[in-house]
Amino acid sequence: MNLFLQQVINGLNVGSIYALIAIGYTMVYGIIKLINFAHGEIMMFGAYFAFIAATSFQMPVWAVLLLSMTIMAIIGVAIEFVAYRPLRNAPRLSALITAIGVSLFLQNLALIIFKPEPKVMPKIFPEMIIKIGSIEISSTTLITIGLSLVFMVLLDLYIRKTKQGRAMRAVSEDKDAAILMGVNVNRTISLTFALGSALGALGGVLYSVAYIQVYPTMGVMPGLKAFIAAVLGGIGIVPGAMLGGFIIGMVETLTKAYLSTTWADAIVFGILIIVLLFKPTGILGKNTREKV
Amino acid sequence: MDKSKRRAYIINTIAIIALYIIFFVLIQTQTMNKYFIGIAILTCIMIIMAMSLNIVAGFLGQMALGHAGFMAIGAYSSASFSIALFNSGTELPNIVVLILAMAVGGTIAGIFGILIGTPTLRLRGDYLGIVTIGFSEIIRIFFVNFQPTGGAAGLKGITKLVNFNNVYWITIIVIILIFTLGRSKQGRAIISIREDEIASESAGIPTTRYKVLGFSMAAFFAGIGGALYAHYQAFLEPSKFGFMFSIEMFVIVVLGGLGSLTGSIISAIVLTILPEMLRGFAEYRLLVYSLVLIIMMIFRPQGIFGRSEFSLTTAIDALILRKNTKNTVDGGES
Repeated sequence: MNLFLQQVINGLNVGSIYALIAIGYTMVYGIIKLINFAHGEIMMFGAYFAFIAATSFQMPVWAVLLLSMTIMAIIGVAIEFVAYRPLRNAPRLSALITAIGVSLFLQNLALIIFKPEPKVMPKIFPEMIIKIGSIEISSTTLITIGLSLVFMVLLDLYIRKTKQGRAMRAVSEDKDAAILMGVNVNRTISLTFALGSALGALGGVLYSVAYIQVYPTMGVMPGLKAFIAAVLGGIGIVPGAMLGGFIIGMVETLTKAYLSTTWADAIVFGILIIVLLFKPTGILGKNTREKV
Repeated sequence: MDKSKRRAYIINTIAIIALYIIFFVLIQTQTMNKYFIGIAILTCIMIIMAMSLNIVAGFLGQMALGHAGFMAIGAYSSASFSIALFNSGTELPNIVVLILAMAVGGTIAGIFGILIGTPTLRLRGDYLGIVTIGFSEIIRIFFVNFQPTGGAAGLKGITKLVNFNNVYWITIIVIILIFTLGRSKQGRAIISIREDEIASESAGIPTTRYKVLGFSMAAFFAGIGGALYAHYQAFLEPSKFGFMFSIEMFVIVVLGGLGSLTGSIISAIVLTILPEMLRGFAEYRLLVYSLVLIIMMIFRPQGIFGRSEFSLTTAIDALILRKNTKNTVDGGES
């Protein structure tokens, strides 16, 4: 039983990181219907910036997080401006290929700048073991889960309560109608990229702290899994991405603990396929009627 | 009409044979060394892969991001078949073994295409894309864990049966087959689904059946491509057939133009040779490659040819005879 609870906490830990990254995918998809393949690389660069801030400049934790998230928000907006904006009215697949191109570009840029060898991520959070009954939880795990939850709640409030949040929802609902209502679509899309990339960077920092290393291809697998999480929850729906992230993290951790480590990824994909076959728009997705 | 068709056939046949002779001479005089021949063979395989993916992505209009999975099935099953055949001591000429292995690889991949396509093709767009990624990753993880084919260490001991001569002609045959498929009754039904699924269903086309047919056809040819790959490399590794390889093939198809088979051919040639040519840039190679990709897409989002085909006959008309034909890149044979 204790072991099981321990694994559940591990699952929450991984799941909250996936959820943070998945939010970026789902927000971008919701607003411009683009699978932003470069999101995994945004996460990777976020982790690298945190690594540099923590090792070379010995910054305090809050500054490390703030710096990494701010820089990545700016880079996210820049990527949208340079690579995606010219293709906004092009066929969707072309934009997808561009996103793949950006992803490859960032990955190889990181290979050249930071070299392929993995680097050890310092423990940026205060380290201690907290005992609840007979379960031992490290403070890093608690901080990871706590930080992710705080940011998710903030984001949810932002989208639901503020004017810019309403503009985001309006643009993702109907871009043309939003323009007619006086919403600045370009600025709203930039804002979406900024928020998504900042959360992706946070996810990257937490991921690198949890696995104690940073390397140029670290964004690929968590990126793919976060994307799966977003689809599982219903792509374009922010609470769906959070739910999907936690489900994927939990399933992955529990299979690794009880079934098999080598088959864990296959089981994650299998669950995704089964869910989509029975509910083709994801768990929280709404069914859209087809009109002729 | 009949006359122009015959002319097109003659011109294309001459072009195919001329190209072959050029390569033959280059290889015989050793102007082309082993390295370049290797690139030529890989290019042929990538042409088959890109054209087969174009059946799903271009003709059927579905986002399939798991083509590497079918290639893996074809490669592994054909390789296991040929290894078993050689071990049993059967004396057959190499080319017969290769054709049998291709048939085995293609058929098994095609069967998996039906098995995977039937439940998944009711999904749309990005959801279909992610499910095909999922299946292809499951296939890869299966081969990582499956010990009889070597597991993660890879499958060794495959006899090398592919050389430039046979791969060239096999590619030509596959190109002809896929072109014919595109113009057949079935092919037109498949294209009608891309244009408007509801309309074609109203017109009495059993859309589900044709979707599965197109999907399994693509899987069949991908299996053939995989069989050729296995018998050229003589070594198979599950990590080769990862998610990025599927993406690479998808990039080729979109860059050539969705639905344009000649576009796929040219784009496969360019994108296989380009990274090799960029080897001089060493570590900047993939950086340049990705930049080319982004710039190409921004300035030509519909791909090199869009949906139209490049035609040799009309090109000759335009070039030599200076006949100002209206449809220079539209219709006609390749």
